[in-house]
Parts: sequence; C-alpha cells; structure tokens
Amino acid sequence: MKIIGFIIVLLCGSLLIYGTIDFPGFGDPDAPASTYLSPRYVENTMAETSVPNIVTAVLADYRGYDTMFETTVVFSAAIACFFLLRVFKRRENDEVRHYRHIPTGITLRIEKGGKIPEESADFQRIDSEWVPHDMIVNTTSRLIIPFIQLFALYVIAHGHHSPGGGFQGGVILGAAFILFAVSRNLRASIRRMGEKVSAILCAAGVFLYAGTGFLCYLLGGNFLDYSALTGILGVDPVTAHSHGILIVEIGVGISVMAAMIWIYYNLSSVGKHDEGL
Amino acid sequence: MDEFITIVISRYNYWAYVILMMIGMYAMITKNNLVKKIIGMNIFQTAIILFYISVAAKKGGTIPIISHGHNGGDHAVHAMDFINPLPHVLMLTAIVVSVATLGVALALAIKIYRQYGTLEEDEINAQLRETPQ
Repeated sequence: MKIIGFIIVLLCGSLLIYGTIDFPGFGDPDAPASTYLSPRYVENTMAETSVPNIVTAVLADYRGYDTMFETTVVFSAAIACFFLLRVFKRRENDEVRHYRHIPTGITLRIEKGGKIPEESADFQRIDSEWVPHDMIVNTTSRLIIPFIQLFALYVIAHGHHSPGGGFQGGVILGAAFILFAVSRNLRASIRRMGEKVSAILCAAGVFLYAGTGFLCYLLGGNFLDYSALTGILGVDPVTAHSHGILIVEIGVGISVMAAMIWIYYNLSSVGKHDEGL
Repeated sequence: MDEFITIVISRYNYWAYVILMMIGMYAMITKNNLVKKIIGMNIFQTAIILFYISVAAKKGGTIPIISHGHNGGDHAVHAMDFINPLPHVLMLTAIVVSVATLGVALALAIKIYRQYGTLEEDEINAQLRETPQ
C-alpha cells in the first residue's frame, strides 16, 4: 500500500512539475493571472469605492456573493460540529464530579447519584483532570485578553486602510475567547458566552450580510450594490460603497468569531459542554 | 544547460509547492491513522494557498493598498506597482473556511472514535467486517 501510494504521489508530482515548465516565471508582471482582471481592480477601486485596501474592496464589494457564501460555509461548519457532537445530559448527577472545598483545600469526589453541594463560595467545581491553579498563566491571560480583543476590533474597523477585515478580526476575537477558556476552564467561558449566544451571533452575522444585500435590493439597486444605500446613510454613492463594505465586514467578523468559539466548545468537551480543556 | 538553469530559477517556487502537496497527498493516501490523514489534508491545503499567493507576486510590486492621506489620491494608480489582489482575496476566505472544515473533520474523527474505540483505519475496517450488515 505504501509503495503504491508513493508511486501515485510521485506520478502526480512529476506531472505537475512538467506542467510548471509552461508557467510564467515567479514574479513575472506579464503573467496571465495579473493582466486581465486585476489591473481593473487596482486602477478603479479608489474611484469606485474610495477604499484604499484593494483586497477588502474586492472581497466585500466586487466579489460580494463569493464572500457571502464563504461566511455561510463557516456557519454551516459550526452547525455541523454541533449536530455531530452535542449530547444533552438527562440528569444532573449521572457522572462523577469533583469539588474543592476552598477554606480547607479538601477535594471531594462525588460518585454517580451522589448529592451535589449547593452553589456557594465555599465549594468550587473542578475538572476531573484538574491541575492546580497556575497563577502565571491566569494572570498573563487576564492581562493580555483585553488587548487581543481591542486589536481584533481594530483589525475589523481598520480593514479599509490596512491589512485586515472581518475574517481576520473575527478569528482573533475567537482566539481571545478560546485563550480565556484554556487559561480558566470551559465552564467559566460558557458562563460568559453561552452556547445559545454563540449560535445566535453566528447566524446573526450571516443575516447581517445577506440582509444588507436584500436592503440594497429593496431600495432599487442590485443585490449587494451598496450605492443603493445612499438614501439611508446620507452620503454620496462612492462613500456608500465604503460604508456598505464596513457593515458587511462586521457581519463576517461576528459570524466567524461565534463559529470559532462554538466549534471549540463542541470539540474540546466532546459535545458535553461540561469538562473541557 | 543554461536554459535549464533559468527554468529552475524562475520556477522554483512552484516546485516547492508541488513537493509540499506531494507530502500532504502521501499522508492522505498511506497513513493509517485518521488524524494523520487530516493533518495531510491540511498540508495539501497549505500548498494550494501558497501556490495562489505566489501567482499574485509581481517583481517591483508592493502590497495592494493604495497610499493615501494628504494629497495621496492625486497621483495616478498603475497596476504594475501593485501585486495582484485577486488571489489574496480568494485565499483569505479559504484559510478561514479551511479552519472551519478542519473542525468538522475533527468532529467526525471524535464521532468515529466513540463508535469504534480507535482511529486506526485497519482496525475500523476489521470491526466493520466482523459485524454482519
């Protein structure tokens, strides 16, 4: 099997390498990929959308449909993880749990069907594979997470003028939340942002994107033709394109953030949303 | 010989991605463990992403962000000065989608592990053969 696989891979690779002989050289300005469509984008973006970052303008305006369905793919992937893994607990006490009595430092192991201590400041629920609180990790992540989130918002909001946009900023926001879940525990993270919230946000981002497109449609333009938003935003059509891109990028950011967090919750706790990494 | 060397020098980037793609494909075909197959799939995706990004490159071109600010919009924009933005757009979305699909792949692997108690392909096949349909 290994030899057959190796031969197939070698055949494929040598065919592809043979194909590259006809390719344009690396960094060739006259390559076919950069001579037909892309000069139009580069030369007209500033006049048509007033967005200096051409990548953002092409992403959310010229290729708006593509990005809308890419966001839908991220949303569907999060939904797929949920349906594949999520299990709902039937009873409260059908598994072994561990609690720590904070004043004495004693750890209690409560068997199946046992009585669970009531919510109080004295008892703290801990994971079964519990490691003692790591003060360095806790403190560092507490200091760093606000700045990560601020940077993510900057990346989303400043996507018109510098590298960035909804996808990148959304992933950074999601990563900040995952860092919180890793440094504390999964339950603390779920208390801050529950499963329902992340599911609703994930759908709301896609809705914001598609809704902007329909709003343009209702106002007499084409689907996702932001110049139709001129009346609502009170600006000229070119600036309306710029603002429309920002709205859509915020939708993408919300959706991607919620999808990353939701996928992490499901994967790390194997669908139980109880004990995780 | 000189011709060959020019071909190598101007196209070494594609060859690097072909080799990366071959590594990923080899892992997908021959590895027995499903997680290793998923890792192979990700290496394959990385090769494609790098290929697209290198297609966008232009000698003497800068990143596709038009300089602006005070009097910044006055001078004409030449397509030669900026690298091709289109592959960057395509790959930007592809990276995030590949992360999301990686999540789905891992979820499926967890599901298979729950069902069969193993992630080795031959052991799963053996269990499937034992149980009559």
